[in-house]
Amino acid sequence: MIPTETYRTQAENQWCPGCPNFGIQTALKRALGALDLPPHRVCLVSGIGQAAKTPHYVAAHVFNGLHGRGIPAAIGIQLANPELKTIVTSGDGCIYGEGGNHLLHAFRRNPDITVLVHDNQIYALTKGQGSPTTRRGEKTRMQFDGVKTDPAQMLATAIVHECPFVARGFAGDIPGLTAILQRAIAHRGLAFVDILQPCITWGNHPVDWYRERAVPIPDDHDVSDRSRAIDLALEAPDRFPIGVLYERESRPVFGEDHLIERQEKALFKLTTIERTVIESRVERMRISPAS
Amino acid sequence: MSDLSIYIVGAAGEGIQTIGDVVSHAFLQMGIRVFTTKDYESRIRGGNSSYRIRANGPNAPRHSADVILSLNAHVAEHYSDAAEATCLRLGELSPDGEGSAIPFQALAKEHFDLPIYANAIAAGALGAVLGIPSDILSGVLRTRFSKLSAEALDRNLSALEIGMRAVADHPGLSDSLEPSDESHLLAGVHEVIPLAAAAVGCRFMAAYPMSPATGIMTAFAKDPELGVFVVQAEDEIAAINVSLGASAAGARAMTATSGGGFALMTEGVSLAGMTETPLVIVIAQRPGPATGLPTRTAQEDLNFAIYGGHGEFPRAVLAPSDPQEAVDLTRRAFDLAERFQMPVILLTDQFLADSHFSLQDLMIPKAAIASGLADPASIEAYQRYAFTEDGVSPRLALGQSDHLVRIDSDEHTEDGHITEDLAVTRPAMVEKRLEKLRRLQREMKLPTPYRTEDAETVLLSWGSTRGAVHEAVDRLRDQGERVGALHVAELWPLPTLTLPNSSSYWSVEGNATGQFSRLIETEWNLQLAGKIERYDGIPIDANAIIRALGTPHEEVDS
Repeated sequence: MIPTETYRTQAENQWCPGCPNFGIQTALKRALGALDLPPHRVCLVSGIGQAAKTPHYVAAHVFNGLHGRGIPAAIGIQLANPELKTIVTSGDGCIYGEGGNHLLHAFRRNPDITVLVHDNQIYALTKGQGSPTTRRGEKTRMQFDGVKTDPAQMLATAIVHECPFVARGFAGDIPGLTAILQRAIAHRGLAFVDILQPCITWGNHPVDWYRERAVPIPDDHDVSDRSRAIDLALEAPDRFPIGVLYERESRPVFGEDHLIERQEKALFKLTTIERTVIESRVERMRISPAS
Repeated sequence: MSDLSIYIVGAAGEGIQTIGDVVSHAFLQMGIRVFTTKDYESRIRGGNSSYRIRANGPNAPRHSADVILSLNAHVAEHYSDAAEATCLRLGELSPDGEGSAIPFQALAKEHFDLPIYANAIAAGALGAVLGIPSDILSGVLRTRFSKLSAEALDRNLSALEIGMRAVADHPGLSDSLEPSDESHLLAGVHEVIPLAAAAVGCRFMAAYPMSPATGIMTAFAKDPELGVFVVQAEDEIAAINVSLGASAAGARAMTATSGGGFALMTEGVSLAGMTETPLVIVIAQRPGPATGLPTRTAQEDLNFAIYGGHGEFPRAVLAPSDPQEAVDLTRRAFDLAERFQMPVILLTDQFLADSHFSLQDLMIPKAAIASGLADPASIEAYQRYAFTEDGVSPRLALGQSDHLVRIDSDEHTEDGHITEDLAVTRPAMVEKRLEKLRRLQREMKLPTPYRTEDAETVLLSWGSTRGAVHEAVDRLRDQGERVGALHVAELWPLPTLTLPNSSSYWSVEGNATGQFSRLIETEWNLQLAGKIERYDGIPIDANAIIRALGTPHEEVDS
């Protein structure tokens, strides 16, 4: 158990006072502490947006990349150094909008990373446009007469693609979220958590509106029941069942067979390949007259 | 006889590759060097394609044929313009077609009841006309088909003989090629780039398949002993971001694409610049804009390679012209990327990707280049972007030690946190990045001269045009003209250079807007006497250069 103070950083926090992102930050620090993962064993990866600033506020290695591209960067980091616990932490606009294609293919690949989506259902940093998860009909500073599209159902999509760990959390319930994050980070393979994070500045609903609709998943839910898990996921956006929706024994983790074959633990170690390997390839190109 | 140009022409899927490989390997077994290249359409079956063998000539394209072997009458007609006056034409021809009609299809049907043997029959006919001994031809065929059943191999060998007999009455070449005891390597640029990359310590590649770059990722995938892990990404945006993630975590990494894919990568190139993450990017050029001509060649992406990406940051752009230079520049690219912590672009093109060069030898680096990572034990308080005199901060990889590494795409403080300090940090970070560019420029190599002594006219080439330029120089020198060449392999940042104004300078390149011309005119304060440009998708050859030298400021028409 590592105390949360260990994960404190010197960076000035740029979130709005009272933002539920603080709840996610606390839960993340507690989950890392409970898992005995010191800062140098963790890499936090993000794209762009308010949520994407999280890595600056939690002591760990950081790759704060491009908007939408947290997942590909995390896959590269994880493949190069599988001993690092690589966690993507970014918003719904970043991961579902700009980077949706990467998420979809991450479900197929099953890299050993954790993906946390701070889902506030709005573009906050750009001041209030609809996001991929904004409910139909909601008015925004861009969709002045209401959003005319249905929200993305990414949790159900994840389960359809056999993502091995799929959960929904609520930033307003720090103990509950800590427990979910702990399980997600400990999971080997892709762990995907959508975290309801009400936006107190640009969002259309107060935190309590979410609290009423964030209902715990019943204790007797069988996490291996795929159909039930999809049904629970699809209760959104009217109700948001909170907890682990789906978990299965992980499929093969992306890239592990390569390392096992080569009896290596990581790709980052610079090794010189046998000189004869290269020489033999060059010799294969040689064509000599028969003597 | 010197410089024999052979075209093997057919529709895609008809088997020109097998025939061309058999004949070119047979020549090499006779100690005769070959340069081979291909032209083909963006389709899987049909159309017009050629496999071109230039025997006993320079490693450069030649757009005329001394021998044309055709696999169908339509394609024979398509390539008839390439025939020299004395061209030997054989194969499937239309009833009024010029040359010796040999019905490969009908012979295959008659003897084997299977059209597939038409290829071996054609190889036999061509080999016999070229004067290649039958034991060499059959030996090459045995090697090529070593995985076939004994029965199928036997049928191919008898097909080869049927082909030879079919041309028994043919006079053949008036002047045959002299065998030698020289041995050669037959090497392609996209085959040696992966070898050199693996040799210098590349461990990782993420890429999305795109002609003509795909061969590089395939080379790693089919040869696991090279030790390079390949990710086939969902798109080029993912490809560059996965590669940068791997590089940031310490794995030496590269990616490869063509112009359209690089367009998707440019935000990532800028990310590499801002985060100071080493990455080698191959751009195998093809004609654009947009989808352009996917299977043709061009040098249209020089400006894009130099300027693609928002914001200001250092990068290097290098362009090989042949396999040895490709090896040398691959090493150079990884070395510069590592030392200056930046993206480095290697520019190739379809012509280089699809050509094979005969070489005496190929020198591949003997050891991986040294790691650019710092020793964590020597650092007390780590800051990823610490200010230094040369702008290069000690680099630690993510997860390398218990020093936390913060890599940020935002403008950042020395320890990698987002900053809006416009008074001090921002200008200092800009200066830090540009100091690397200034120091890089001092390291860039000068152009390579070729026969420039006493030259009145100097041809300036970059990338794949070098072979044609050197051939033009040699032929003009043979005629007593005082012509030389300068080849620019390291294109960005260009080293400082003042060229003597005793010569007149001509640029040669594969685009319509003179991208290279403008670059050297600006950077070297040079006034070019003429610009030789080709932009129809076909590689420039020596004939075109020699013709153009007579007509300053005019493009080559074909």
